[in-house]
Amino acid sequence: MTKVTMKVNGRKVGADVPDQTLLSEFLRENLRLTGTHVGCDTSQCGACAVHVNGKVVKACTALAVSLEGAEVTTIEGVANGELHPMQVAFNDNHGLQCGFCTPGMIMAGIDMVNRYREEGRELDAAAIRHELEGNICRCTGYHNIVKSIQDAAAKM
Amino acid sequence: MYETRYHKPATIDDAAALLSGNDEAMLLAGGQTLLPTMKQHLAAPGDLVDIRGIDGMAGIRAEGDTLVIGAATTHADVARSDAVRKHCPALAELAEGIGDAAVRNMGTIGGSLANNDPSACYPAALLALGGTVVTNTREITADDFFEGLFTTALDEGEIITAVRFPAVKKAAYAKFAQPASRFALVAVFVADGPGGVRVAVTGAGEDGVFRHEGLEAALSGDWSAAALDDVEISEDGLMSDFHGSADYRANLIRAMAKRAAEAASAR
Ligand code: FES
Ligand code: FES
Repeated sequence: MTKVTMKVNGRKVGADVPDQTLLSEFLRENLRLTGTHVGCDTSQCGACAVHVNGKVVKACTALAVSLEGAEVTTIEGVANGELHPMQVAFNDNHGLQCGFCTPGMIMAGIDMVNRYREEGRELDAAAIRHELEGNICRCTGYHNIVKSIQDAAAKM
Repeated sequence: MYETRYHKPATIDDAAALLSGNDEAMLLAGGQTLLPTMKQHLAAPGDLVDIRGIDGMAGIRAEGDTLVIGAATTHADVARSDAVRKHCPALAELAEGIGDAAVRNMGTIGGSLANNDPSACYPAALLALGGTVVTNTREITADDFFEGLFTTALDEGEIITAVRFPAVKKAAYAKFAQPASRFALVAVFVADGPGGVRVAVTGAGEDGVFRHEGLEAALSGDWSAAALDDVEISEDGLMSDFHGSADYRANLIRAMAKRAAEAASAR
């Protein structure tokens, strides 16, 4: 067991956890933040995507204890009083059906918009599809997810 | 995942001490291969020694003409580094094509090389660019580093600290990605550098990454895609699995080599 402390969605949290605890387990089971979904647990689907120190990572493929002192943002932390533009865009563009992949899609979407903006690159539909390589959706066929991210990019 | 004890040493000596005499211990860097392997119970290290807390393990700098990349540098950082883009754009492009954005934010160059997966990208870059692996005890040239599937010249407890790449006249990497995993079904790295023309193939060899002498000879004589049309590419020693037969891979080696040769000239 190791005591790990981090800042999750702006709040300081800590717990004694077994060293092999995954970040996804820590978020879901210790903090009861169940918006971070575990679809595959094998680094493929991206349903568990969260931001660690401002960068998107797969929470199922990181040890909680290795992130001592980190700042973590989960889907529960993106709305700031009102929904985040990415959340609004998924709503407006019918970017989800069952919703299982959606938290990961939104975390990946926010990350790619920020990253492309920082690097001065254009985030067109082709780039969004390429960037979604690590996020799998079994329902929508992706068209509306791509539209949602494009829409949000214009409003963020 | 089985129980493990996690350590995050602050110095390379502390890391080496934790590893020494403990054959249950394994190094952890980005964990993008090791953690999934542990979940499948294919690895069950009693101790994990995380090298990411060691000063100077991550970072990129140019030393004259040589590019030095710290072992714990992530693929994302290599991909967007100005120094890498300037010294060796092929290497930045290779890093940008590994896995997906989230994996690239965690996975490291040292981890990829130490693992020596037969379908990984970085081994091809190291071998074609004629790079050098720097460890806590010595330096190992690319030609001496890879010893077979998931096997390298690294000794028990030896820690990669950095990787050095010499400047090359031109280079490019062409990957035919396995669409689900983004690993190379076959990928070819071509480079014209201080040691002459070197062509490294990953994703195809039963013993992992290898150099292809026929392609090297052809490109040394005439750096063009057309020069590779008649090079003999043997199926001997190539992997054959449900992703692709040996003759399919042999054909892909030529196709990727041609693409890479063209891309290198077009730069
Ligand atoms: S649950 Fe983490 S990638 Fe699928
Ligand atoms: S909306 Fe159902 S998996 Fe994407």
